[in-house]
Amino acid sequence: MERKYHISKHCRIDHHGVLYNGRPLSAEISTEFSIFSKAFYYSLGTTYPKFFKMDNLSKLAWLGAELLLKEELSKNIAIVLSNRSSSYDTDLKHIHTISNTEQYYPSPAIFVYTLPNVCIGEIAIRHHLQTENIFFVSEQFDSQLTVNYCNYLLNSNRAEKVLCGWVEYLEENYKLVLYLVEKTGNLAHDLNVVRQLML
Amino acid sequence: MEELKSELKAKIIEALNLEEIAVEDIENDAPLFGDGLGLDSIDALELTVLLDKDYGIKVTDPKVGKTIFQSIDTLAHYISENRTK
Repeated sequence: MERKYHISKHCRIDHHGVLYNGRPLSAEISTEFSIFSKAFYYSLGTTYPKFFKMDNLSKLAWLGAELLLKEELSKNIAIVLSNRSSSYDTDLKHIHTISNTEQYYPSPAIFVYTLPNVCIGEIAIRHHLQTENIFFVSEQFDSQLTVNYCNYLLNSNRAEKVLCGWVEYLEENYKLVLYLVEKTGNLAHDLNVVRQLML
Repeated sequence: MEELKSELKAKIIEALNLEEIAVEDIENDAPLFGDGLGLDSIDALELTVLLDKDYGIKVTDPKVGKTIFQSIDTLAHYISENRTK
């Protein structure tokens, strides 16, 4: 029998600010992600120096996950994320470090972020999650795929909860929508609701 | 030598994105890895690149890296004796 799941919390981060369960959070609005992300990080009151070593995609994912998982006690939370530009923002930075043959100094700290699923790793490390995870790259958020995959993880008891969403960053254009799916919550976990969250 | 040590601290802070650490926070003889600044293996690679890029020193032997990256003191001493730029 197909079980029904719910969205217990959700958040959104973009150029307009930060929404947590649909309510705006006070965060410094800045056109520069570096300024915004730093201010928002400090507003969370978490001490995590590794944050400053991350690339922008991971910083964005980390901030969103922090909002949803900071007070979560369960460590059985799978992660299903997706975006359009993969790690291209960081790929470009890496290319810049190796484009001059006379100044050929590839940066290890940049290179390690030239995969999009590294942002999942950063979330997993922060929240001590040793669970199923996957990162899809597609032109647009695939609601059907994500809902189905999430339900599969829950139905097969591969996870107690699933953190799902979209984490896109490319050259100062960014958008994050994350939601946590579990047995209880105020929103139904169905296609219509997920599509609404992604608008 | 003191000037080189200060320069190194500033470069390390910038290269390794040590956002919440100031030059004054780094003791010359404090360990850079482990309990000291808490640097990791990627930071070690980044320091290796920094030595090559800014001082013309290529560290190819991991044992040498382990020795010279112990502290600002050991790093400054090695740079002053081996730098080509």
